[in-house]
Amino acid sequence: MGLSQSYIAAKFGIAERDLERYLAEALASGGDYADLFFEHLATTSFSLDESIVKGATQGVSMGVGVRVISGERTGYAYSDDLSPERILRAARVAACIASGPSKVAKTGLEEAAKRNLYPVVVAPTETELGGRVELVKRADGAARAYDARIFQVQVVYADNLRHTLVATSDGTLSHDRQPLTRVSVSALAREGDGPPQRGSSGGGGRVGLEFFDNDRTPEYFAREAARQAVLLLEAVPAPAGEMIVVLGPGWPGILVHEAVGHGLEADFNRKGVSAFSGRIGEQVAGPLCTIVDDGTIPHRRGSLNVDDEGTPTEKNVLIEKGVLRGYLQDKLSSRLMRSPATGSGRRESYQSIPIPRMTNTYLMAGESDPEEILRSVAKGVYCKSFGGGQVDITSGNFVFSASESYLIEGGRLGPPLRDATLVGNGPEALKWVSMVGNDLQLDLGVGICGKEGQSVPVGVGIPTVRIDRMTVGGAA
Amino acid sequence: MSETDYLQLAADVVKLARGRGAGEAECTIAEGDEFSVTVRMREIETLKEAGARGAGVRVLLGQRPGSSYTSDLTPDGLARMVDSAIELARLTTDDPFAGLPEEAELGSVAGDLGLYSDDVAALASDVRIRMARECEEAALAVDARIVNSEGASFSSSVNLRAFANSRGFAGAYRTSSCGLNTVPVARDGDSMERDYWYTAARSAALLEAPEHVGRIAAERALRRLNPRKIATERAPVVFEPRTAGSLIGSIFDAVSGDAIYRKASFLTGKLGQRIAAACVTLIDDATMPGLLGASPFDDEGVPSRRTVVIDRGVLSSYLLNTYTARKLGLKTTSNAARGLTGNPGVGHGNLYLGQGERSPGEILGSVRRGLLVTELMGSGVNIVTGDYSRGAAGLWIEDGRPVFAVSGVTISGNLGEMLDGIESVGSDLEFRGSISAPTLLIREMTVSGR
Repeated sequence: MGLSQSYIAAKFGIAERDLERYLAEALASGGDYADLFFEHLATTSFSLDESIVKGATQGVSMGVGVRVISGERTGYAYSDDLSPERILRAARVAACIASGPSKVAKTGLEEAAKRNLYPVVVAPTETELGGRVELVKRADGAARAYDARIFQVQVVYADNLRHTLVATSDGTLSHDRQPLTRVSVSALAREGDGPPQRGSSGGGGRVGLEFFDNDRTPEYFAREAARQAVLLLEAVPAPAGEMIVVLGPGWPGILVHEAVGHGLEADFNRKGVSAFSGRIGEQVAGPLCTIVDDGTIPHRRGSLNVDDEGTPTEKNVLIEKGVLRGYLQDKLSSRLMRSPATGSGRRESYQSIPIPRMTNTYLMAGESDPEEILRSVAKGVYCKSFGGGQVDITSGNFVFSASESYLIEGGRLGPPLRDATLVGNGPEALKWVSMVGNDLQLDLGVGICGKEGQSVPVGVGIPTVRIDRMTVGGAA
Repeated sequence: MSETDYLQLAADVVKLARGRGAGEAECTIAEGDEFSVTVRMREIETLKEAGARGAGVRVLLGQRPGSSYTSDLTPDGLARMVDSAIELARLTTDDPFAGLPEEAELGSVAGDLGLYSDDVAALASDVRIRMARECEEAALAVDARIVNSEGASFSSSVNLRAFANSRGFAGAYRTSSCGLNTVPVARDGDSMERDYWYTAARSAALLEAPEHVGRIAAERALRRLNPRKIATERAPVVFEPRTAGSLIGSIFDAVSGDAIYRKASFLTGKLGQRIAAACVTLIDDATMPGLLGASPFDDEGVPSRRTVVIDRGVLSSYLLNTYTARKLGLKTTSNAARGLTGNPGVGHGNLYLGQGERSPGEILGSVRRGLLVTELMGSGVNIVTGDYSRGAAGLWIEDGRPVFAVSGVTISGNLGEMLDGIESVGSDLEFRGSISAPTLLIREMTVSGR
């Protein structure tokens, strides 16, 4: 029986009959479905500023959320006390959403097939603290050594280890151990008494600490942040108006996250409030665009063995050659829309109701040579890195803010540009994609996505892409 | 547990930390209960009710800080938390500026700040559900083009925060809050737009009527229908109170001590200088009774106060906690903010732009050609340089009147120039949240469209 391997079940002495009793209580007033979500979260962070390790925090939080679904209605309650009395009380509160004769949960919980996308033997959170403090010091040294014009460096190291246990009234049981870590660097550069500029970089994933020795070092992120800050000292104001935009590989994948990802989350579509509602089968992007949301990529920040409803994650095709194929489903929407689950039900913590969310969202590689894409543009803007984005899913309007971009002049990179926001409309913007590179990259692993007040870690990716028409909001 | 129990517990944690070798210690304990109901298309969609507690401790070994938190308030859980913070403090670096406020600086605002009202917890569930229903219904009833809704929510919470430190401070306060909001969706042909409106207060009696909230939300969604994308041009820009508040939020980031001591703000070194038009006065006041940004003391135990940040265009004070004040050779302005633990950051109380003389109608009437911004999107504000470029939607103004909706554009400029270019401040200041501003007119910005 899988429960014996659950960290949470072992730590709090939870047996299968306990889970069944809680689920029975949750369905005591009727209700079509109930689930229990146990979470134990341990976190560590170190922050460095002015070459001093100024902050260090560790913490532990735990709790259980009980959900009851009755038709389209959801009742939810949670407790940070895992005693049977408190869990039963939460189950009774959640049960108030339904009104009818009690239902019987399926007994004999069965565990979903196991896989491990992040087989990290020792999670960073479980390692000696001293080794992790060194990471922020190494980054500081490298950023300052990069260029004498760097005068401020801030580094944050953060990790967490999240254990989950999900039991459902339809008889499934799943548990997961989710390590997550990152290093983020921010550097300020200044020339003489001139105005400063900021650069930033960072990365990580569901990896062990060896990632920072073997894959991407703190020194790498530090040099990237420093390079960007120094580069921006030469930056000129960005142009304004519609123009050709070339997105570089990696971070600019935030475009697909904002332009189509959110609009394809099933809750918005079930309610008919998304610009993509009812448009499955329609051409919503150029034929070169195939966009997927993939929660199964090993060690990625947005990946999960199972989502926060216990459903295994998948590689979901959202847009295939420009045609809208599917939505991202959680259990509620999947049931109401009679559509298969996609493993997209996520929540920030046991205190939150699960909703459809992205995992790692990217545009698949095409055939063009990235150099050739750049050469094809006489005048336009090349974006290498972005700070963040936002979308209004109803109108479809989205924005994303370029933190490193360049003017393109005669097929070559011109001067770097100061910060500029790019805007577009979801179902329209990707119709203007005319070239897709063969150089797909995912971001380095620091992405956070917010929706309805809940933040979850995500990834994005894109190859070099040419968009023939997009509004750039510079001040020039 | 009562307020006194939590205060005792916080003091016990401080004592425990001292006993285990910490030179200084501070402990926060918080408890909260939340309720929310969402009604969508006249049916209950979600109902949530629960509570949680947590404790945090920060210790100093010499001048090395370490922090920890837990949701386990048993004696064992709290002891593990203290040990964990001390373990971390052995790994941080001595920082000559780290420390607690001086004893003489500690204290609490006397008198009732109206932070807690019994009527929030006492409100019956069916009344809360009815308010959400009435709010959404009012929005749906405004116009046949309001065809859909993302629902209406009523939410409430009651919280308790206790804080004690090793310099003898111990204080606790309860707060209550409740709010109602709705997000109607308007449709006209292929054009679909949503907007929202809300009311929030510390007492249920102070909420605006559900019908009023619903009607405004619907009117806002309707006026966004059939937007056009305009040509790129330099034009005057009017910020209505909601978007002006967002602009004030960016100014807050730029006057916060954290950004100033790192020289990471375009306002670094500008204290005493004119940084904005003479019509601009920005005040932070955490002592205004009943408002959502009020509190008796900040998160380091320094009594709340009123600070004039910009006085008729002149930068008169940064917003500081103890650490950033020491870094700058200044005194704390009682703006320490943090969750349960960690080094304090900088927060604000009720941060507001003092109102001017002209009504919003008069301000709009003065614009021959320009943009009224009703929505801002994205994170395109660089506090280091002041560069400002954000997605915007709103109404195009010609000869003082709105002529059509605009979306898919950006507005850009530089915060320094924008502050200098504020030509009018409206007379329509309302305290709807912890950041408040009246209507603003900025002489000229780049509006980027086609």
